[in-house]
Amino acid sequence: MNFEYSEEQNLLKESIVRWAQDNYSFDQRRLGAESEKGYSQDHYNTFAELGWLSVPFAEENGGYGGSVIDIAAIMEEFGKALVVEPVFPNLIMFGGLLERSNNDAIKAELIPQIIDGSLMGAVAMYEPQARFDASNVATTASQAGDGYTLNGEKCVVLGGADAAKLIVVARTSGDQTDEDGLSLFLIDSDASGVELSAYPLMDGQQVADIKFNDASATLISELGAATEALNQVLNIAHVALCAEAVGIMEVLNKTTVEYTKTRKQFGVTISSFQALQHRMVDTFMSAEQAKSLLVGTLVELTDDRTTPQRAAKMVNALRTIVAKNGKHIGDEAIQLHGGMGLTDELNVGHYHKRMMMINLMFGNGDFFQHQFNQVAYGS
Amino acid sequence: MDNSFSSADLEFQQEVRAFFKSAYTADLQAKVESGEDHKSVAIEWQNKLNAKGWLAPDWPVEVGGTAWTPVQKFIFETERCDAGAPDVVPFGVRMVAPVIFTFGNDEQKKRFLPRILTSEDWWCQGYSEPGAGSDLAALQTKATKDGDDYIVNGAKIWTTYAQSADWIFCLVRTGTFEKRQQGISFLLIDMKSEGIQVNPIHSIDNHHSLNEVVFENVRVPQENLIGVENQGWTYAKALLAHERTSIAGVADSRRWLRDIIALAEQQTNYKGRLIDDPQFQTRLSDIEIELMALEYMELRVLAKLSSGDTPGPESSLLKIKGTEIQQALQELRMQTIGAYSGSLHLSNFQNDLHRAGSNSRRAYMYGRAATIYGGSNEVQRNVIAKAVLGL
Repeated sequence: MNFEYSEEQNLLKESIVRWAQDNYSFDQRRLGAESEKGYSQDHYNTFAELGWLSVPFAEENGGYGGSVIDIAAIMEEFGKALVVEPVFPNLIMFGGLLERSNNDAIKAELIPQIIDGSLMGAVAMYEPQARFDASNVATTASQAGDGYTLNGEKCVVLGGADAAKLIVVARTSGDQTDEDGLSLFLIDSDASGVELSAYPLMDGQQVADIKFNDASATLISELGAATEALNQVLNIAHVALCAEAVGIMEVLNKTTVEYTKTRKQFGVTISSFQALQHRMVDTFMSAEQAKSLLVGTLVELTDDRTTPQRAAKMVNALRTIVAKNGKHIGDEAIQLHGGMGLTDELNVGHYHKRMMMINLMFGNGDFFQHQFNQVAYGS
Repeated sequence: MDNSFSSADLEFQQEVRAFFKSAYTADLQAKVESGEDHKSVAIEWQNKLNAKGWLAPDWPVEVGGTAWTPVQKFIFETERCDAGAPDVVPFGVRMVAPVIFTFGNDEQKKRFLPRILTSEDWWCQGYSEPGAGSDLAALQTKATKDGDDYIVNGAKIWTTYAQSADWIFCLVRTGTFEKRQQGISFLLIDMKSEGIQVNPIHSIDNHHSLNEVVFENVRVPQENLIGVENQGWTYAKALLAHERTSIAGVADSRRWLRDIIALAEQQTNYKGRLIDDPQFQTRLSDIEIELMALEYMELRVLAKLSSGDTPGPESSLLKIKGTEIQQALQELRMQTIGAYSGSLHLSNFQNDLHRAGSNSRRAYMYGRAATIYGGSNEVQRNVIAKAVLGL
């Protein structure tokens, strides 16, 4: 039994910490986050040079062959540094689905471009009517000669504003909410028939709603059988986001504790008030709960004996607790900072906004708890 | 990171499982669940554990312990709960014995430890006083030297099962120093001594387990002093973190959860099964998800202990979360059973649900104590604030 990161994983984490210390102060980060693009290409290139972008990909595809634990190690540190560069949508989502494609030529062409930082991709999956239901897909793909023609509308596409290529989840058979009948298509974002409307989210990331009007695309999955790959990628995505959230929780708690030790009211530091001490103990426990479930999910997902049902239970439990405890920690951080907590110049609000976005990505707390209930108690 | 037990641990797990299967018989189970004759049923079970050499895993081998690793202790505890077998009564085995074998002299070890293993001596704990609860160092019970004896005067309170105990281990004041924690001594007192009066305290679970123990000029031989006079606080404190690491009660809570699910599969609500009611499911998963987190919190602490660390303030965290979950489960069990949960009966039940209801009522009411004893959860928060957050 061992619940610590390995030596290699700790080295990876330390390299991120060092980079952030030297290059990613709050003000330096803002330069990228508030630019038109929403992030800094220079930083992104550095990630590629340092090899971080190769971590999730298999060795045969030119990657490092990292596990979900390696991904979590990176994301936890990205959470602490509040990295706004679109590693998650490009590597975990776009790269993850690409790596599970049955089209070897496309994989051989594109994965190296992701690893060297030259390609930005995004996954267009959710639709306005679907809320968090990934199988509620009205976008259709119909065969046209050698290729396919896409018609439909996707929303809040993460990394969508800046992506050169898109993987689109589209229906090739079945009714709108069937789990089966979904296929994956690759298309350039500037292709004819693709209409992209970009807008920012509260955490600074640039997303897009995308309409497809008779747009020509390439099938990159087995026809009608994309659900398994989607679920695999989503499982890793959930854990990656929770690892990022755990990093954010640690920073929010630490910042808050430090602040209360310096802020004086009624002639004493406010950290001396028991009412506040107990609240900070509660947020500390909230973070420990999330961290413990993250570690548990990581060890179970990397264990061959774990059944799909158990994996689903762990992942949904983790996302539920991250949603509840993340909100608890973020709200308390603002409250304990008092009026300062409301200011844009303090980093607390920015961490909290990223946490809130994480807790809206691919589902919210209620959604994940409902999923948990289905797995745990469904008849 | 990896989650797996070693093959030796897996073998051990099989051995423990087989033991519980054969030793915890249906007959014994029925007696335990009846809740009657608590002491003699507990002794019957403890004698079985002792015959196997597993009554006191935490003790050093030379006085009857097992030299188990923290992982083995975890496995044992999990298997015990899966089998539904009761925990040992802690006052002798877990509370006074570690003080005796750590700080006592050879004479005391020889005299007291074997009789704890055979359950011949039944112990109770004399720490809290009417004026000293969470602030234990405020204790006033006084022991003054008189020849070869101490003369003890004062009162202890919340003394669980004092009415059936042979001995009481007490923190008493033997000196006055600037720091209140100094001047406290650890004294073993025979409950048959003249001048001891046990006054029952009837608690809100309608059961008699708590007592007040009054000492009036009670003569205690000085040979019953543990270690050095005025150092008793150090001895008691050294063992507190030890005690709290097992206090999370994860395995017991898992059993409660399974039990609630089984009940909810039989109960109906809105013309369907209660377990299918979304509102009920959410109440259940609110607790289960916290329990899953607690399980890994405990495993993380265990893994640290296995690699040689000593338990630190994280044991306070386990205590807070563990007891909160226990109380939430006690409440949900009452809610699951429904109207029978109001029943006061302890025998002559109308049916199984009646028995379950009455038991859950009692568990809920007594369960309020869990966030108060062992250092109240507010005191645990003070510990974390100071030791972990540096506040």
